[in-house]
Amino acid sequence: MAEHEPIYIVDGARTPFLKSRNRPGPFAASDLAADAGRALLLRQRFAPSDVDEVILGCAAPSVDEVNIGRVAALRMGCGDKVPAWTVMRNCASGMQALDSAIADIRAGKSELVLAGGVDALSRAPLLYSEAMVHWLSSWYAAKSLGQRAALVARFRPAFLAPVIGLMKGLTDPMVGLLMGQTAENLAYRFGITREQMDAYAARSHARTLAAQKAGHYDAEVVPVYDRAGKVYTADDGVREDSTPANLAKLRPFFDRKYGNVTAGNSSQVTDGGVWLVLASQRAVDERGLVPRGRIVDAQWAGLDPAQMGLGPVHAATPILRRHGLALNDLDCWELNEAFAAQVLACLRAWESDDYCRSELGLPGALGAIDEDRLNVDGGAIAIGHPVGASGARIVLHVLNVLERTGGQRGMAAICIGGGLGGAMLVERV
Amino acid sequence: MRHWTITREADGLATLALDRAGASTNTLSAAVLAELGEALDALDRDPPKGLIVRSGKANGFIAGADVDEFGEIATEEGAIALVRRGWDTFERLAAVGYPTLALIRGFCLGGGLELALACRYRVAVDEPGTRLGLPEVLLGIVPGWGGIKRLPRLAGAPAALDLLLTGKTVDAKRARRLGIVDEAVPVRIMEPTARGVLKALPAPRRLPFLQRLALTPIGRRVVAAQARRQVARRARREHYPAPYAIVELFAKHDGNALAPAPSDPASIATLVRTPTAENLIRVFRLQERLKSLGKEGSFAVRHVHVVGAGTMGGDIAAWCALRGLTVTLQDQDAQRLAPAMGRAAKLFEKRLRDARRVRDARDRLIPDPAGHGVARADVVVEAIFENADAKRALFADVERRAKPAAILATNTSSIPLEDIAGALADPSRLCGIHFFNPVAQMMLVEVVVGRQTRREVVADAAAFVRAIDKLPLPVKSAPGFLVNRILAPYMMAAFRAVDEGIAPETVDEAALAFGMPMGPVELADTVGLDIAVAVGKLLGPRAEPPRKLMALVEAGHVGKKAGRGFYAWKDGKPVKQASGAVPAGLADRLVDPFVAEARAALAEGIVEDADLVDAGAIFGTGFAPFRGGPLHYAARRQDVAGPARTEPVPVV
Repeated sequence: MAEHEPIYIVDGARTPFLKSRNRPGPFAASDLAADAGRALLLRQRFAPSDVDEVILGCAAPSVDEVNIGRVAALRMGCGDKVPAWTVMRNCASGMQALDSAIADIRAGKSELVLAGGVDALSRAPLLYSEAMVHWLSSWYAAKSLGQRAALVARFRPAFLAPVIGLMKGLTDPMVGLLMGQTAENLAYRFGITREQMDAYAARSHARTLAAQKAGHYDAEVVPVYDRAGKVYTADDGVREDSTPANLAKLRPFFDRKYGNVTAGNSSQVTDGGVWLVLASQRAVDERGLVPRGRIVDAQWAGLDPAQMGLGPVHAATPILRRHGLALNDLDCWELNEAFAAQVLACLRAWESDDYCRSELGLPGALGAIDEDRLNVDGGAIAIGHPVGASGARIVLHVLNVLERTGGQRGMAAICIGGGLGGAMLVERV
Repeated sequence: MRHWTITREADGLATLALDRAGASTNTLSAAVLAELGEALDALDRDPPKGLIVRSGKANGFIAGADVDEFGEIATEEGAIALVRRGWDTFERLAAVGYPTLALIRGFCLGGGLELALACRYRVAVDEPGTRLGLPEVLLGIVPGWGGIKRLPRLAGAPAALDLLLTGKTVDAKRARRLGIVDEAVPVRIMEPTARGVLKALPAPRRLPFLQRLALTPIGRRVVAAQARRQVARRARREHYPAPYAIVELFAKHDGNALAPAPSDPASIATLVRTPTAENLIRVFRLQERLKSLGKEGSFAVRHVHVVGAGTMGGDIAAWCALRGLTVTLQDQDAQRLAPAMGRAAKLFEKRLRDARRVRDARDRLIPDPAGHGVARADVVVEAIFENADAKRALFADVERRAKPAAILATNTSSIPLEDIAGALADPSRLCGIHFFNPVAQMMLVEVVVGRQTRREVVADAAAFVRAIDKLPLPVKSAPGFLVNRILAPYMMAAFRAVDEGIAPETVDEAALAFGMPMGPVELADTVGLDIAVAVGKLLGPRAEPPRKLMALVEAGHVGKKAGRGFYAWKDGKPVKQASGAVPAGLADRLVDPFVAEARAALAEGIVEDADLVDAGAIFGTGFAPFRGGPLHYAARRQDVAGPARTEPVPVV
């Protein structure tokens, strides 16, 4: 893949990631996509209508934003004639959008593509239960008063209990496990303790706070404004008080009582959107664009859905092998923090001779990633995981870290519900 | 026939289309009405199974009577003849033996709607351009061609009177809900709908029982009493007799304006005896003239960049986005932009209602702290704080980055254009585009022409002002331009009166009785007393500042925004005591300086002619519209006091 024509990252921007406060947030997914996109497009040398296509990853689009990619494109002023579509690969939908853009650029179908990801998880719907749906169907079909009376008699208050759409979305359809339970699986397999998880989570918060304070996120976050005139300028899920001691007080959420994965050492339920401008060599030359980086390689991988958290290991390893890179040849790693246990499990897997031999077909362990190369500005545990957006966010953030630290190469890798992993190798130009 | 075309169709239906010869817009002139009579004669000879009345023009249905013939109302006989010819023709149309249907697409106003109401059915095309209404009252006249008779029968008395007395227009959907039209349909099915209705001949909609009761003689009196009270809250009878006449015509004469005796206050004779109608028609013409000032040149605006997200800048940006333009709004940081974004959302929700249109307007308004929008804008409007150096620095930078043909404009009200223009490589590009607060309500925008401003720039700026549906008034760059300048002496006179111990309520009442929409003291409180002082300072030689005003400003009681000024403000309204008797001559004391300053501005050539002074005063300051403007008023008032302005009017 490295011999192919280069894929340039011209620019990128995202909204602040806004934590779900157990009620619908101030922005719909298409609001977030449109707001981030129009700010990004405004600062380009080309007009919004100049892009060849718009591709948006979204895992949970709302019913009134069907083909949300198209909705966003029109709202950003790309015009009627720019085609737009939506891709879905669960937690890597945003990364899939980038990969689809790469494919179209490589195939010569597009030269300049706006690709990204979005989700407004706070607006995930409440659904009627199956029993309620059946009851309602009978009600609408009922013709006589007698039939209706009979139906009234059959009604049970329990029918009204809603199904939480988000919980459905975060449950693996094949193995029936909540995502957090797959993280418990990994903790069990690699012997990761609650203390280790909480320590990792606390570090994520601390690093995010430090990065915010230093202005490291200013390079990628654009403010968004709600209808009441309130402005949101920064990721708002990060907490000063997420210390190991405080995190230790939380109850396990997924395996109740005796599990180890808590809301505190998991990624947050969050709303956010992100876009990158990808361009071919020709687009760069013809339009005089000044690219910031390149996506050098990309890889998808499959594994047992019950172990989905190890996806990054399976996706990133082939890229390392293709380019003859060791783990620490990369100047930075963005390994999406779905769960603290899951990130730690990835590290253990690479450190494990056994795992690398049996699962990756390697001669032995790949080694340990330096702590100061991994998720240096924190991650989804502190800033949240709007699932459709995260895969694109970590690619953009790798580029920002490289620019800041003077690094050359970095990897973005993400685990994907359903037993998949995705990874992208990014270089600065 | 020159204006109307009858087309007979195979199925027995006929269409009667109006395409007024020699005019771009359909209006109902005497000739057009006479020819409509001929068309009805022709149809009577061979009656169709049904008749569709429609427009032969693409721009709309019928805009109303022909305003060019309104000169007739100068005499009683002329006015009666004008009313009679429409009333009789439409009575005849309403009585034909075959079913009739008006197919309405685009504007359908005044006499145009009265024509449609005389048909048995109405089908309106549901698209943004379709507006139905009877705006006669805004011209000081009454809908005399059957509107007062027929609208209440369709919409019910309260809704009909609301439309008749406010002159407001409704879209197709609302017209359908009110019962004014039988169907509101998308353009794709307007033809089959019109034909289908004429074939199915549905029974006319019956008003609900209570609504029918309201149309009985007693019911009419009850409804009329209520309507009269509502009118009285908005307009004084001595200033605006027409709405009162409309209520009387509804209550007692079933809408027939020819019925009242000449001595009756609701008669046409009474209406034309006051100059109100003549003056309001003058105001309408002045408005058309201002509109025409934006038609020179072919400047097309799609993107506006506004620098400064304060009250003015933010509201200008919101207004432009509301009117369909892409807008980038720049200020130093996101926090400063946020309040403007919130106000904009409120404006959009209030004006557009429809959630999708609100969303689209919000999407068009792009916060732009870094100012990237400058490079894409067709118009750059600067609305930052009043500091010449800051503005110079800004324009020097903007000029480097803006498109070569972009308009560069400042919204300054106090810094001479020439002082800013020096910072530009091409000073002739700079003009002023001066909006008034509140932007959404004030129709007038002064296009300020500096000594250095190029002619074409002025035309382009006026075209931009029209594109956002405001009224452009080119004014010479001089302190206060036109509007603030003529307003200042009037306000000053009010402050002096207060200093003499006359209650603010009394001063305001004197102005209201004269016909101003708001008293000068309340106006000062609304604008902000600090601003009143600042504007006053710039307008020339200083006299002794008004004591009460200065004391209030020093105490921080700067008006509405501070909750206290001359009045205490509660929930956005001033707390007023009873005004008491207005001393004789107080109104003249306020208005004469206004008139004198208007004359001085004309003499100095601030605007081109006297009509434009009046237009600026009416649309920019709200000067009593029924008086036709300060200069018109003074010319009509032979005994005008203090015509000579021997020394500069003292201002703060």
